[in-house]
Amino acid sequence: MRDVQRGSSTRLDHYVDRYAARTRGMTASEIRALFSVASRPEVVSLAGGMPNISGLPLDVVGGALGELVAEQGAVAMQYGSGQGVPELREQICDVMALEGIDAHPDDVVVTVGSQQAVDLVTRIFCDPGDVVICEAPSYVGALGVFRAYECDVVHAEMDAHGLVPEALRQAILATKAAGKTIKFLYTIPNYHNPAGVSMSPERRPEILEICREADILVLEDNPYGLLGFDREPYRALRADEAEGVIYLGSFSKTFAPGFRVGWALAPHAVREKLVLAQESATLCPPQFSQMAVSAYLARHDWQGQVKQFQELYRERRDAMVDALEDLMPAACRWNVPDGGFYVWLTLPPGIDAKLMLPRAVTARVAYVPGTAFFADGFGSASMRLSYCYPTPERIREGVRRLAGVLEAEMELRATFGSLADHPGLPARSEYDSPSTDLT
Amino acid sequence: MTPTESEPLASLDGRIVVLAGGLSHERDVSLRSGRRVAEALRSTGVEVEERDVDARLLPDLAAHPPACVIPLLHGESGEDGAIREVLELLDLPYVGSRPAACRVAFDKPVAKAVAARAGLTTPESVALPHEMFRELGAAAVIEALLGRLGLPLMVKPAKSGSALGCSVVRDAADLPGAMVSAFAYGATALVERFVDGTEVAIGVLDDGSPWTLPAVGIEPDGGVYDYTARYTAGSTRFLVPAKLDDDVARACADAALTAHSALGLRDLSRTDLIIDADGTVWFLEVNVAPGLTETSTVPLAAAAAGLDLGEVTARLARRAVARHHS
Repeated sequence: MRDVQRGSSTRLDHYVDRYAARTRGMTASEIRALFSVASRPEVVSLAGGMPNISGLPLDVVGGALGELVAEQGAVAMQYGSGQGVPELREQICDVMALEGIDAHPDDVVVTVGSQQAVDLVTRIFCDPGDVVICEAPSYVGALGVFRAYECDVVHAEMDAHGLVPEALRQAILATKAAGKTIKFLYTIPNYHNPAGVSMSPERRPEILEICREADILVLEDNPYGLLGFDREPYRALRADEAEGVIYLGSFSKTFAPGFRVGWALAPHAVREKLVLAQESATLCPPQFSQMAVSAYLARHDWQGQVKQFQELYRERRDAMVDALEDLMPAACRWNVPDGGFYVWLTLPPGIDAKLMLPRAVTARVAYVPGTAFFADGFGSASMRLSYCYPTPERIREGVRRLAGVLEAEMELRATFGSLADHPGLPARSEYDSPSTDLT
Repeated sequence: MTPTESEPLASLDGRIVVLAGGLSHERDVSLRSGRRVAEALRSTGVEVEERDVDARLLPDLAAHPPACVIPLLHGESGEDGAIREVLELLDLPYVGSRPAACRVAFDKPVAKAVAARAGLTTPESVALPHEMFRELGAAAVIEALLGRLGLPLMVKPAKSGSALGCSVVRDAADLPGAMVSAFAYGATALVERFVDGTEVAIGVLDDGSPWTLPAVGIEPDGGVYDYTARYTAGSTRFLVPAKLDDDVARACADAALTAHSALGLRDLSRTDLIIDADGTVWFLEVNVAPGLTETSTVPLAAAAAGLDLGEVTARLARRAVARHHS
């Protein structure tokens, strides 16, 4: 309140004229405010993508952490290498081998979650105005990074088999024809967030070939790849293309997000720049977290734990899909994911998920409107539903509430009909910066 | 505009409970208001407990009765009088207006009618539940609305705050969508003539007899004082006091006092006004639990008046305790 005096004018922010242009979109939003209500236990939140770590053996983790402090505390609580702890990088290579990747620990850079890896890759590649091609829809946290670096996002359509090759070709052609520079394709090939689909094995070589021909780097973001319900993991894109792919991985879903440990696997020259970028950003990723994850991987049957996670998420996926089939209006459409955390639901014509959200919050259920996953204002007819965290009973109750909200909204829309579809209405593209509500 | 000492102040024997959060759409704003007031109170040496409204609240209040409760819940249940009804049931002293007055003030169409009867000028408006559009046909009702009120229009939920669900409609084709947006926040929408002019907020403090804080002029960068403009520091220019001719400034203060009295409010309220090009003061709405966040206008006005927010709220709490004892 130091700049407030009688007879003065104030903007309540002394630095308002000094912020970088890239902060222009960093504002309060109604959507974010509504998510504040979603944190209350009365609300069934089908919004956030919080991993369900209730099944973690906390005694084992606690024992490992205790031993870590007792035996290696002076190292674990010290600064470390900007590239990450060598032992962990070796273990990361073992993890990636499960998806067909043959990598050397020297090419791995540990990051603060794979979210930071997206940030570092964008930092070293993108100037303002450069284009990143993303699937339509795409991960809200990545879109937030691309916006922060003032990139232009061009979306390419997906279908039940993931990114559509022809759509990618068209996006590349149109972008190049517009004289813009494409820096990379950002893709989530497995159990996509938010779309819930996976890129089919048959399609992967074609996507790689298109990018190879167009000389476009691929940023393969794969946090969910080991969380399939019915099949072995597909081969990673990086498994068949070492030079043209940067692969991102994470322990947030296969272990626990609180440690904030992810990684990037990159071609040698890129890796060098990533390490320098990491050092300027954080000096080094948290040593303690890395050593804790390393100890967990070494001492616990982590793959057995992942199988438990798969079963836990499968049970919740089944609960959600059953509830959707039983309760939702017939005009809704959704996919049945075979892994990961998310169902992508498309609403009946004329229903806007973002405009409906206040009504849903009133009914004590929350979801993420589809517009959050597009950089261009699309997605209003869709929503992302997360089944990862609530119990199966709560998921069914949440869907029951959502169905009631939707029926009321459909009645309202039927009342106003096409009158309310005028494009002049607020259709702000609002892809918020990443938060735990939206990840 | 000076405080009075017409009623005695009690000492605060025990803690003040600041209620913030709740389940309304304005939970986030309420939490910000609560945090700010709690910090301000603590800086004056008062013991403060910040509490959300949940199933543990009443047992805790019963087991450990506070000296006073300050309800800073915005939106429904906070401003519609419901939580204050409960505080009265518990026979606890609290800061703010009585439940019946809150019910009237929170209902914008009703509050406008009361204000108009008290002599205030308020934009012509119509309040309609969504059932009316369904039963009579939306196109016909919209045509009647436009025929009566013309353009531009302001559409808002009848019971809501922080500009949630509000839209300025300048094109007739946008009106149905604006109605749908408003109905997302409540069953009834208020459609009123949009008045172009200077937006002003006036806080009223009432420690025996009401008096006004300096008028705050509001100039949002985008021209509309919406949710983003309200809660993003830097996106709105506030003028304290507002640049008004003396007679207009007096008319604004009188309007706020009239609204406060006519609606039977007490302790603290904020009245939102617009002054048009002719200098006419238009009453828009009144708030019984005005925002007290870092970007809210009442703390801004209090600071400009040389008042400390902690001392002001502590004083209101002492008055509530004295009122309760009497």
